[in-house]
Amino acid sequence: MKDYDVAVVGGGLLGSSFGYGLSARGARTLVLDEGDNAIRTALGNFGLVWVQGKGLGMPEYAQWSLKASAEWSGFADRLRQETGIDTCFHRPGGFNLCLDDDELATNLELLSSLRREAGDGGYDYEVIDAAELKRLIPIVGDLAGGTYCPHDGHCNPLLLLRALHAGFSANGGEYRPRSHVNQVKSCSDGGFLLLSKNGDALGAAHKVVIAAGHGSPDLGRQVGLDITTHPDQGQVLVTERVQPMLEYPTNYVRQTDDGTFLLGPSTRDVGFDLSTESGTLRDIARRCTRAFPLLKNLRVQRSWAALRIMTPDGFPTYQQSDTHPGAFSFSCHSGVTLAANHALLTPDWILSGSIPREYDVFHPKRFDVQKNAAGH
Amino acid sequence: MFKRTQPVTDPVTIYFEDRDIVAQRGEPVAAALLAAGVHVFRTSPLSNSPRAPLCMIGNCFECLLEIDGESNRQACRARVQDGMRVRKQQGVRALEENDEG
Repeated sequence: MKDYDVAVVGGGLLGSSFGYGLSARGARTLVLDEGDNAIRTALGNFGLVWVQGKGLGMPEYAQWSLKASAEWSGFADRLRQETGIDTCFHRPGGFNLCLDDDELATNLELLSSLRREAGDGGYDYEVIDAAELKRLIPIVGDLAGGTYCPHDGHCNPLLLLRALHAGFSANGGEYRPRSHVNQVKSCSDGGFLLLSKNGDALGAAHKVVIAAGHGSPDLGRQVGLDITTHPDQGQVLVTERVQPMLEYPTNYVRQTDDGTFLLGPSTRDVGFDLSTESGTLRDIARRCTRAFPLLKNLRVQRSWAALRIMTPDGFPTYQQSDTHPGAFSFSCHSGVTLAANHALLTPDWILSGSIPREYDVFHPKRFDVQKNAAGH
Repeated sequence: MFKRTQPVTDPVTIYFEDRDIVAQRGEPVAAALLAAGVHVFRTSPLSNSPRAPLCMIGNCFECLLEIDGESNRQACRARVQDGMRVRKQQGVRALEENDEG
């Protein structure tokens, strides 16, 4: 008899969402997490709950994001009722701001391609010209225009993480920090044993969910899960607090409930480098102050870098092992947006023992060139 | 609550709200106010609770003041100058459209 029904490896946004959802369904759940030295993407998020522009080449991902956006309100209410923590979720719709005509044209081409691909399943968006943009957001500078998507929103990602942890504990879940899993072993009598680097047993469970961000590939390969990810660095600036002036989240500037403005996020391929660097920060500040000239008067209080978990095509990879049934892995960079789905929907997949066929598209076998070629 | 460990040798006068305070030239504004018995530097933007310096090394942003008309200045990082006018930072900073620089 194993102590736990499910062991989740990773206490970031994905692992905590699964832990919360599994424990809410009555599953005896263990979350094993690293300590403060871990690479924690969950602590560096920009906080967008975003649909606009996502999913070109995989309309199912656009649908999945749209579904998450629709679930988010109820999800935030539920977290608040259960934990007393307000995740500051708002969904007034979001703007993709375009500085010049080229940017606007590129953006419109992307959105219309997405619409063509998705057919009736596509999401709504509106093209907003410069004058209308100025009317809706009086503090914007002279921009070419933008697009508005009513499904976009934002939240406080740190409070989201805290709420998931609090909800998990309230549901009777067991959270163990400083428990860096190094080995995943299947047991002869079924189930899995999780071990530290020194071979100490960290926990045993009937099922295991690998949601360890950049640590997932090494763990997955031990139980027949092929996970490929690479880090994509994003840098963010945060300003001093000022009165509320920007209700809408945009693609690179948003104002939080606390009054701070977040500026960013950049995207760079620099490996596992968590340092900020003045050239990137300057580019972010330039772009954001062009969009909102008023921001020039604000003091920047901090900057930071975080490492997105990128799959080869940028879309989620969800899978259960063929060789070790009961071992699952989930990798994606949209841990905030998809938190509602990960907490409310995926726990049923794990508990029932199969990922529904409609989500097969998220299986990483899509990257297997030989197999795909042989099939044609 | 706080006492100076060294006497003021190069005095300047600054003004906190409507009060004159004698301080050592060049010392941090936060130190000057604490030495003068000021315990509330600002009120917080969301809950309006009273706040005072915590870290004194520029990290915590608890010591924000309005200094010479400029809001949200970190009192631990600003140095005392003669005639400086200092006020509490009350809640969140207002930003005017014509502030644009």
